Amino acid sequence: MKKILMAGMMVVMALSAAAQVKKQAPAGTTASIARGKVLYKQICATCHQADATGVPRMNPPLIKTKYVLGDKTKLIKVLLLGLNEDVEIEGEYYSNPMPSQATLKDEEIADVLTFVRNSFGNKAPAITPGQVKAVRATIK
Amino acid sequence: MHKMSKMFVLAVIATAGISTSYAYTGGPDKPGATEIPVKTDADNAGLKLPAGFGALKAIDGLGHTRHIAVTSSGEIYVKLDRPKDGKGILFLQDTNGDGKIDKQTGFGNYGGTGIYVKGDYLYASSNTEVFRYKLDAKQHVINTETPEKIITGLIDRHQHESKSLTLDNNGNIYVNIGAYSNSCQVKDRTKGSMGMKPCPVLDSAAGIWQFKADKANQTYGDGVHYATGLRNVVGLDWNQQQNQLFVMQHGRDQLHDLFPDLYTEKQSADLPAECMYAVKKGSDCGWPYIYYDPEKHKKMLAPEYGGDGVKTAGESAEDPVVAFPAHMAPNGLLFYTGKQFPEKYRNGAFIAFHGSWNRSPEDQAGYFVVFVPFRDGKPSGKWEVFADGFAGPGPVKSPGQALHRPCGLAQGPDGSLYVSDDVKGTVYRIVYKAK
Ligand code: HEC
Repeated sequence: MKKILMAGMMVVMALSAAAQVKKQAPAGTTASIARGKVLYKQICATCHQADATGVPRMNPPLIKTKYVLGDKTKLIKVLLLGLNEDVEIEGEYYSNPMPSQATLKDEEIADVLTFVRNSFGNKAPAITPGQVKAVRATIK
Repeated sequence: MHKMSKMFVLAVIATAGISTSYAYTGGPDKPGATEIPVKTDADNAGLKLPAGFGALKAIDGLGHTRHIAVTSSGEIYVKLDRPKDGKGILFLQDTNGDGKIDKQTGFGNYGGTGIYVKGDYLYASSNTEVFRYKLDAKQHVINTETPEKIITGLIDRHQHESKSLTLDNNGNIYVNIGAYSNSCQVKDRTKGSMGMKPCPVLDSAAGIWQFKADKANQTYGDGVHYATGLRNVVGLDWNQQQNQLFVMQHGRDQLHDLFPDLYTEKQSADLPAECMYAVKKGSDCGWPYIYYDPEKHKKMLAPEYGGDGVKTAGESAEDPVVAFPAHMAPNGLLFYTGKQFPEKYRNGAFIAFHGSWNRSPEDQAGYFVVFVPFRDGKPSGKWEVFADGFAGPGPVKSPGQALHRPCGLAQGPDGSLYVSDDVKGTVYRIVYKAK
């Protein structure tokens, strides 16, 4: 019973979130977010969790962090190169290696980052496949 | 399991009426000692316990308290994962005997997990080194500023970096060095990447090393590579009855993420077992080549090494002593030698399960302390949940929702069981109240 209620609430929340996105974002971004959502669930959710709250002391949250909302090049590099350093977010430390996601296509990295930057309370401009391509070129 | 826990809740409700009575913790352990009643919290510190038990929060809000050690007079040392105000070890005292900590000091400018009191020394670890501090007759540290560095140069690559430790009765210390890898893939935690063979992690990690407790500056070459094939051990204890080391392994993660064609999400949530091993010098527990399937009761070939969820392997690898459900993250192991708890608990194992993070889309699991009865050094019955409710009332979807996560275990001189929580830094004390 509780589960049904929860699921219902989540649907309503998802619908209203989608409606908000529609109001604010251009159609291309909306489609990118939708594709990114699928990728997020497949690839990122195990570690960063479905609600992006992460795992205490291990995998950092993706909610309003300086990485998620900050410099696009740096953010794209986290995905292309992975990350293995002490990440500090709001006084909490996270230590675990993030594997490189370089096998994803430019479009996929753009989609999943655009989704993350426009979900979980985040609001930041979309990332385009062209931007990913440009960053990839610098690290090859 | 579900039915079980419902019955359990009912039992707890039924006994809630006596939850503010007093525990007699002087006990037969300290013959002639005055019985000092410790008042349990009205809500048993938020825990669900078997009938007759009660609990109190000895202290709250210490931060990320990892392992915990209790002295012969009931004073407490806890290890923080990172130093706070330059202090990575806290010393907690209850000066008026009411069970609540009323005096707190700290020392040791390094974070870590391991902490243990044995004889005249306090042992504590960072993620690369082990130190020991000489204790006085009251088991107070004589000089907090000048510990002996007994072990140094251990690997820390930001994964399974805790160096938990225990000691035997022959002057040896056992240190876990966890694998800096999930399953020894060429590319760690990367879909489809195959396993390295032989796995190069095994030479300097993924095992237990034995060192001398009293020798300065030992490193790999000075120690004995005591047991191998252990992905990551956080909870370990010396079983006094068997005179043997027992360890709890954290099993590998992400079977579905990494090999989606071979494992469903559900299988990935339920595999592999979290295993208890009784290890001897030279034991190989099989990581990364195998994992243990708790339903088939078999050692399975890991997909990184050609496994498919059906092929078995690792004939020469140790079998677990107990196989628990997957991913629950056993962070503390304690063989109970006290006399305060009823006979059934004597020499049995308590295990603190920190709680899972990679069971989604299923609910997460663990976040409780489990008990396994033992007779003659072997399990004599099924494991059962002993203390639950650390995480809070609801199911845990993602570990950030858990209010508390059990991490370390220690036994007090009166037989009380102490549990540390590394979310908020609560130290729980569980006592037996019924006579
Ligand atoms: C195997 C677990 C794992 C997977 C899968 C994973 N990450 Fe990470 N991620 C981490 C860890 C661990 C860190 C922190 C690394 C460190 O401590 O150096 C991190 C860090 C990050 C950061 C920077 C820190 C922050 O919290 O803002 C971002 C952004 C990020 N990941 C996004 C993603 C995205 C998007 C995906 C999916 C495409 C993903 N990650 C997949 C484990 C993972």
